[in-house]
Amino acid sequence: MALPEGWEMVVGLEVHTELRTATKMFCGCANVFGAEANTNVCPVCLGLPGSLPVLNERAVSMAMAIGMALHATIAPSTFHRKNYFYPDMPKDFQISQYDLPINSGGYLDLPDGSRVRIERAHLEEDTGKSTHLGVSGRIHGADRSLVDYNRSGVPLVEIVSGPDIRSAAQARLYASELRAVLIATGASDGRMEEGSMRIDANVSVRRSGEPFGTRCEIKNLNSLRSLHRAIEFEAQRQVKLIESGGVVRQETRHWDETVGATSTMRVKEEAEDYRYFREPDLVDLAPSAAWQQRVADALGPMPAERRAAVVALLGEVSDAQRDAIDVVIDLGLERFVHATHAAGGDVAVALARVANELAAAGDVSKLTEDAFVATVAMEAGGQLSATQAKTILADLLASGGEPRAVAAARGFEQLSADSLGGIVSALIDANPDEWSRFRDGDDKLAQFFIGLVMRETKGRANGKAVIAELHARR
Amino acid sequence: MSGLTRAEVAHVAKLARLRLSDEELDLFTVQLARILDHAADMQSLDLTGVVATAHPYDLINVVREDVVRPSLDRDAVLAAAPDAEDGCFAVPRIMGEES
Amino acid sequence: MNATTMAERVRRGEIAATALAEESLRAIRARNEELNVFLHVDEDGALATAARVDDAVARGEDPGRLAGVPIALKDNLCQVGIPTTCSSRILEGWRPPYSATVVERLLDAGAVPMGKTNLDEFAMGSSTETSAFGPTRNPLDPSRVPGGSSGGSAAAVAAAMTPLALGSDTGGSIRQPAALCGIVGVKPTYGLVSRYGLIAFASSLDQIGPFATDVADAALLLEVIAGHDPMDSTSLPEPAPSLVAHLGDGVAGRRIGLVRELLDGADEAIVASVRRAASVLEAAGATVVELSIPELHLGLSAYYLIAPAEASSNLARYDGVRYGLRINDEDVTAMNEATRTAGFGAEVKRRIMLGTYALSAGYYDAYYGQALKVRTQMRDAFRRAYRDVDMLLGATTPSVAFTFGSKTNDPMAMYLSDVFTIPTNLAGEAALSVPFGRGEADLPTGVQLLGPGRSEARLLAAAKVLEDAERG
Repeated sequence: MALPEGWEMVVGLEVHTELRTATKMFCGCANVFGAEANTNVCPVCLGLPGSLPVLNERAVSMAMAIGMALHATIAPSTFHRKNYFYPDMPKDFQISQYDLPINSGGYLDLPDGSRVRIERAHLEEDTGKSTHLGVSGRIHGADRSLVDYNRSGVPLVEIVSGPDIRSAAQARLYASELRAVLIATGASDGRMEEGSMRIDANVSVRRSGEPFGTRCEIKNLNSLRSLHRAIEFEAQRQVKLIESGGVVRQETRHWDETVGATSTMRVKEEAEDYRYFREPDLVDLAPSAAWQQRVADALGPMPAERRAAVVALLGEVSDAQRDAIDVVIDLGLERFVHATHAAGGDVAVALARVANELAAAGDVSKLTEDAFVATVAMEAGGQLSATQAKTILADLLASGGEPRAVAAARGFEQLSADSLGGIVSALIDANPDEWSRFRDGDDKLAQFFIGLVMRETKGRANGKAVIAELHARR
Repeated sequence: MSGLTRAEVAHVAKLARLRLSDEELDLFTVQLARILDHAADMQSLDLTGVVATAHPYDLINVVREDVVRPSLDRDAVLAAAPDAEDGCFAVPRIMGEES
Repeated sequence: MNATTMAERVRRGEIAATALAEESLRAIRARNEELNVFLHVDEDGALATAARVDDAVARGEDPGRLAGVPIALKDNLCQVGIPTTCSSRILEGWRPPYSATVVERLLDAGAVPMGKTNLDEFAMGSSTETSAFGPTRNPLDPSRVPGGSSGGSAAAVAAAMTPLALGSDTGGSIRQPAALCGIVGVKPTYGLVSRYGLIAFASSLDQIGPFATDVADAALLLEVIAGHDPMDSTSLPEPAPSLVAHLGDGVAGRRIGLVRELLDGADEAIVASVRRAASVLEAAGATVVELSIPELHLGLSAYYLIAPAEASSNLARYDGVRYGLRINDEDVTAMNEATRTAGFGAEVKRRIMLGTYALSAGYYDAYYGQALKVRTQMRDAFRRAYRDVDMLLGATTPSVAFTFGSKTNDPMAMYLSDVFTIPTNLAGEAALSVPFGRGEADLPTGVQLLGPGRSEARLLAAAKVLEDAERG
C-alpha cells in the first residue's frame, strides 16, 4: 500500500546480529541458543562484584569481517559504558562502542540495484532475557518477571544504516540482503526466529522535497514480514496524523504482530541519559594490519557475486530457481552445484537437490561432492527415478558412502532395457482397454502403466524409461 | 559557584535510583555544591587541546582466545538470589521496556 | 617475628603453620571486639589451609614463599564461600562463588587467609567511619581512627593479629591508614597487581597492595601477588618484578625530589619527619633536591569527579535483582530504588550522586571531561619531574591519626586527608608509605616515597634505608 500522493517515507535500520563465537564477548561461557536457563553464566556475565571483562578475539575478527563485507573503514576503537537500569542487564550498564566504533562508513548494494549507506557497525554485548508472567503475557500486564542470563554478554554487532531507505519493500530487501551477507561472513547464523538477528526501524515521513520529519523507532522486529508490515503501518500512521493536523512525537514504538499496529512504548525524554563514558576495565582496540589481513584472507566472496556465479551456470532462471539459489547461498552449499557443472552434469537437477534435500539435512559433512555429482548423473541419466535419487541422497547424508553401492544395497539397480520391454509388453497384453485408450492419445494412462510396472518390479523401474517403452509401442 | 539546584539533585537521584528525603535533598544540594565549587579551580583552567586520560596506560588489543571455560553451577548462582523461580532470577513486574 | 622469617621457619619445619594460625586467632580474639578489625574470621578455613601447608612440609614439598603466614584480607576482595560485604548492608550475607586472583596467588604461596577486615563502605572514606558495621579503632590509640579505607587491614597488622594484610588503594586507601597505624603500605603501579576479584570502587584508580610491619615483608607479599593476569585486561603484560632481591640496593647515587606541595598544610611534626627522612637519604648517598609540582594541587578536584563518576557506574549493579539485599516494592524500578536507598550509606549515596551528575548530559564536558584533562596534566607533570629525579619524597598525610567524628560532618575536610596520596593514583604510578618519626600524641608519622610506573624495587630499597635508620 503506497503512501498518499506527494508523501515519502524515510527509513533507517539498526540491525543487531549475534556473533557465532564459541564463547561470550567478555567471558568463557558458551555462546549457545536454547540452553537451560542460567546454565551458561559466570561471575563476568552475571556482573558479580569484582569480575572484569576480557575481550573475545574472535568477536573482534568477526566484527571486522562484517565491516569488510560492508566496505566499511576499520579504525582504532574504544569501548564505552552505556548506563541505565534494567534487570536483564546484570551490571546495569551495557558495554558498547560509542564515538569510536570499530567499523564506520560503508554501504550495501541491494539486488534491485539500489545502494544503502552503512553509518557504522560496532561491537557490543547482548542482555539477558526476561519472561513476563501474568495475565496478558505482554510486559505491561505482568505481575512478575523471570530473568535468564544465558544471553547476557553474547557478542553483538550493531549495523546502523543511513536514512536511505524509501519503502517497506526496500527495507525488507536490505534486511534480507544484509542477512545473506552476515551469513556469508560466517559471523552470524541469521536466525531471526531465534533472535540472533533483530531489527529496529527508524521511520519518518515527509512531503517530497522537504527536510526529514520527526522519526519514531520501532523496536525488536523479529521477522522480515514484521519489518515490512510495521514500517508500512507506521508510515501510514504518521501521514494520517500529520494530514489530520497532528504532530509526530519522537518516541519508541512497539510492533504488535497480531494486531498489526505499532503503539507507544516510551516517549523520548530527558530521563534517557545514558551517561556514556570510557569503559575503564577495557583497553583500546587497534587491530594490526596483519590481524586485519588474516580476516580479509579468510573472507570468501559475498552473496551477490556467488548468486551471479550460479545463475551463470543456468542461463535462464525461473523465480523458483531464484529462491532455490538464495537458499543454497545462505547455506553455503553452492559447491555441489559447481561440482556438478564441472563434471558436465545437469545443473538444474543439482540445484533442486541442494536447495531441498541438502538444505533440509542441515549437516552435509558426510556427503562428498563426487558422490553428489554421481547421484545427480544417475538421476539425470535415467538410471534412478527422482524418488530413488532422493532416497539415496538421504542415505549418503546420513551415513556417507558411494551412490552406486547405496543403490545396489537398496535394490535400485535398473532393470535392463530387455527385461523392462518384456514386462511392458506383457502388461499391454493384459490390459487391452487401457492400452487402446492410451494409443488413442489419452496420455494420463501412462501413469496407469507406470504404476503397474512399479508394482511388478517393486519400484526398480524408472518412470521415464517406462514412458519411453510405451511410446515406442504406440 | 556551581549553581547546583535542588531540582537537579532530585533528577540525579532518579537517574541513580535513589530516594532522598527532603532533608537529604537539602543536605546533598549543599554538600555537592561545595564539592563542585572546589572543582572550580580546575574549571577555570584553559585545557583546550589537552588530551583526556581515561586510562593510566597505553595497552592495546588485550584479548582472549575464543575457548569455552566452565560456567558456574546454577544452584549456587541462584542460592544468592533474593528471589528465584524455575531456574531464573525473579523480579517484580517490569514497567516500561528498555531492551 | 616478621612474615619473611615465619615463612622460612615453616618451610624448614621449625614451626607449624597451624600453630601460627592459632596464635593469630588468639590475637584476633583478644582485641577484635574492642577494635572491630575483622568483619568475618574464617577460623575453620584458616586452620584447614594451615594444615595443608604443614602436610606439604611433612611430605617434603615446597609449601610456597608465604608458607603458613597468616594474612588479613580487606573485605572488598572475593574469596570463594567467604562472606564479602564491602562493609555495606547492600552486600550483607553475600558469599562470592569465586576467588580474586590475589587470593588464589596467596593460597598458592602457602599463605593462610584469616578473614575479612573492615573498610569504609565500598572503600569510600578515609577513616572506616562510613562502614555499615561500625568503625575500626586504631590499635595504637583506640580513641582515634585507623585511617581508611583499608583501616581494618592496617589495624590487623598494627595490632599484630596478622603480620600481613591486603588492602586496596584508590586515592590513598593503603598509604594513609599505613601512616596512621605506623606500618608499611604500598600502592603499586596501576596494572601490576590483578584487580580480578577486587570489588570495584573506581576501576581506573584501584590497585591492591600490601600492608606489613616492615619493608622486607611488604616486598615479599607484593612479589607474590604481582604479575600478569589474563583475567584483568588492564594487567601489565610482564611477570612480577624482583623486589626482595633489591631491598639492599640503597639510595647511593639516587636523585630524590622533595616536593613542596606534598608538605603544604601538613602538621609541623610531619614536615619535620619528612625533612629528617631527606637527610637520612642524603647521608646514605642520595642527592635530595627541593622542587615544586604545582599541578598536584588540582589532584583533589579531579579525583573527586573521576572516582565518583566511575563508582556511580560500578555500583549500579547493586539493584536487588541477583544477590545481596532486596527491599521489595510494587515494580522493579521501585524495588531498585527501595533496595539502594536502604542498602547504601550516606557517603556512598553522596558519591553516586556526584558521579552521576558529573557524567550526565550537559555537565560531562565541564566536570568529567575537564577532570580527565587534568589527569593528563598530572601525569605529564610527574613525567617531567621523573626526567630529573629518580623518586619523590613527601608526607603521606597532613596529620596523624585523628579522633572519631572530627571530620564526619564535613565531607570536604575528610577528602582533604587524601590530598597527598591522590595524585599517584591519577597518574597510575607507584608510591609507598613507610613509618618514620612521631607526631602529635606520640603517634607515628608516615613518609611517602613516590616513583614512576614499575619503580617499586627502587622505592622499597629507599624505604629500607629509612626503616634501618629508624630502627638503629
